[in-house]
Amino acid sequence: MSTAITRPSSSAAANVVTTVRQKERETLLSVRGMRVTFGAGRRRFEAVRGVSFDVYKGETFGLAGESGSGKTTIGRAIIRVNPISGGEVLFRGERISGRVKRKTDGGVVRNIQMIFQDPMASLNERAKVDYIVAEGLTNLNRHLTAAQRQDAVHKALLDVGLLPEFASRFPHEFSGGQRQRIGIARALIMNPSFIIADEPISALDVSIRAQVLNLMSRLQKERGLTYLFIAHDLSVMRFITDRIAVIRQGIIVELANTERLFENPLHPYTRALISAVPVPNPVVEKTKRLEVYDPNMHDYAKFKPEMVEIEPGHWVFGNAPEVEGYRKRMERVSL
Amino acid sequence: MFNEEFAARPADSTTPDVVLSIVDLHVKFRLRGQVLHAIRGISLDIVKHETLAIVGESGAGKSVLMKNLCGLLDPNGWVDSGGIMYEGMNLAAFKSEKDWSRIRGKHVAMVMQDPMTSLNPLKTIGWQIEEALKYNQQLRGSAARKRMLELLADVGIPDTDKRSRQYPHEFSGGMRQRVVIAIALACNPKILICDEPTTALDVTIQAQILKLIHDLKEKYGLTLIYITHDLGVVANVADRIAVMYAGDIVELGTCEEVFFDPRHPYTWALLSSLPQLGTKKQDLYAIQGTPPNLFQPIRGDAFAPRNPWALAIDFQHRPPYAAVSLTHRARTWLLDTRAPTVEPPSAVRSIRTLFDRGAFAGDSARR
Repeated sequence: MSTAITRPSSSAAANVVTTVRQKERETLLSVRGMRVTFGAGRRRFEAVRGVSFDVYKGETFGLAGESGSGKTTIGRAIIRVNPISGGEVLFRGERISGRVKRKTDGGVVRNIQMIFQDPMASLNERAKVDYIVAEGLTNLNRHLTAAQRQDAVHKALLDVGLLPEFASRFPHEFSGGQRQRIGIARALIMNPSFIIADEPISALDVSIRAQVLNLMSRLQKERGLTYLFIAHDLSVMRFITDRIAVIRQGIIVELANTERLFENPLHPYTRALISAVPVPNPVVEKTKRLEVYDPNMHDYAKFKPEMVEIEPGHWVFGNAPEVEGYRKRMERVSL
Repeated sequence: MFNEEFAARPADSTTPDVVLSIVDLHVKFRLRGQVLHAIRGISLDIVKHETLAIVGESGAGKSVLMKNLCGLLDPNGWVDSGGIMYEGMNLAAFKSEKDWSRIRGKHVAMVMQDPMTSLNPLKTIGWQIEEALKYNQQLRGSAARKRMLELLADVGIPDTDKRSRQYPHEFSGGMRQRVVIAIALACNPKILICDEPTTALDVTIQAQILKLIHDLKEKYGLTLIYITHDLGVVANVADRIAVMYAGDIVELGTCEEVFFDPRHPYTWALLSSLPQLGTKKQDLYAIQGTPPNLFQPIRGDAFAPRNPWALAIDFQHRPPYAAVSLTHRARTWLLDTRAPTVEPPSAVRSIRTLFDRGAFAGDSARR
């Protein structure tokens, strides 16, 4: 543990230290010291306060946090819906935040797609499925013939388990699960390599959830997709993600491999989140002790907190005395 | 008021334990000239001071069933047959608002799903709670205000005096849900129905609200009914669970019975599709197909077309509501003596041992 290396979390120039094992993996997306600010002057609010993480090719990276933690803002900032006010976003080593070349811009649109939370609100009620699914394609490629477009739409619909006939229908004719599939088809038609899924299943019923999760895993296997999975529900996160970053008030408090994070959560906020996950076992659930997180427990006046790599690939946000406590806890758990 | 049809009912509804008893209830809706059979013959006794959870997919009829208890059925719906017996009255025969106003609030109160839309944005929180006190407990002026502040403190809102003068938009989602609960309590109900009280909330807030409702149940001696689509949520809070599918209760049992010894294939399917029970890198169990169209008459078991364990008879005749134990019933032919033995899926059988280790939700030995 003594070899753990620390880095300041807020500095945009922070060199991301990767462990030997992770170096072998190709970094697809890299977020460095991202800041997103809304409003100005007295109403200025910083929703994302210096967030850095890497997403490796082919993995599912989870962003977990409560509402208002900034997890959605990060997703939207990557896809450039919200401008960032500090730091940078690199996609395959190329900067895609701020002003970029026209060619890069097209590449980003093609390669990074988003699936939205509420399938009831994210589809144009007055457009047919055909138009909704094809819109991105026609915007980027104006020379498509009608036949090519139709082929692409039919293929995308089949890929998500819908019938090609559905192309001529309107969104209101579909159930929630089918609508979410249309949302996925709309992202897939661009043939992206990276998909940001913002709470894709929270608005769905339990049984439909399973269908959409399975569909997403299948597509990942078939096409080697990389996902950024944003959600507040850690039970779903555990099932689908490879690594998780827990975010609170615009700061990542802990980042680790999913199983490691669940086995050995260190930051008190992570512990509170995990303890709140409902367990489908009445005996365990009725004796479960809920951990409550009190943000006032941190005393950052004397020692400033920073992101510390406490074991390879496991980062936690804290100041020197806290990190010492986390180390002790880790040793206790491993005994 | 008392319907003769039910005068000859067996003694169970008169035993002091049962507060409310639903008897062979059929509810229908008229929609675009067609008739939708939303509740297809449900019988259910609600026991005093229990916590009953009603679980099912959207469209299963959970909310419709509960809306019958406080007269909030949409105008195009009606009770076709059956009764709801409560304190010697048949609620199903109520027609006028005047009848319902005696029941609603004072006897049965409801907490709705979305705390964003169930409060009046133009009135202060304090005013809205006092309104309920005024109508249901005839409290006025300073007495009402005193009680209102007590209620706010009861639901865990700090700084009650200042908060009571604020408007709903100044409250977070979790705090708003607390206010809605306070309003329901202001009616001093005997039965509190919580319709998906935590679906719109974060996981940590969800745990807090569930605990709050549980504590209030003890304090006020409430009978609680939860409506939810997430079986995971109710493991902690429910004494009994009723699983609904297509307007019918397919399984009813104590919390332990439903989680550890489920009998209906639909309950198996619901449990297996929980992501907590999934194995990484493998497909999660997903229920195929869609719920049946309730505009059409249902033949046999409504779940049969989606049920991989369906027997031939499931497509022909409605299964009996067979008893597994005194408290446990399931509507499936699998409980018939002539049925072949079918093992529940492995994910369901593993529930008992799955989360045994430690008090920590994440510490499981499964992977």
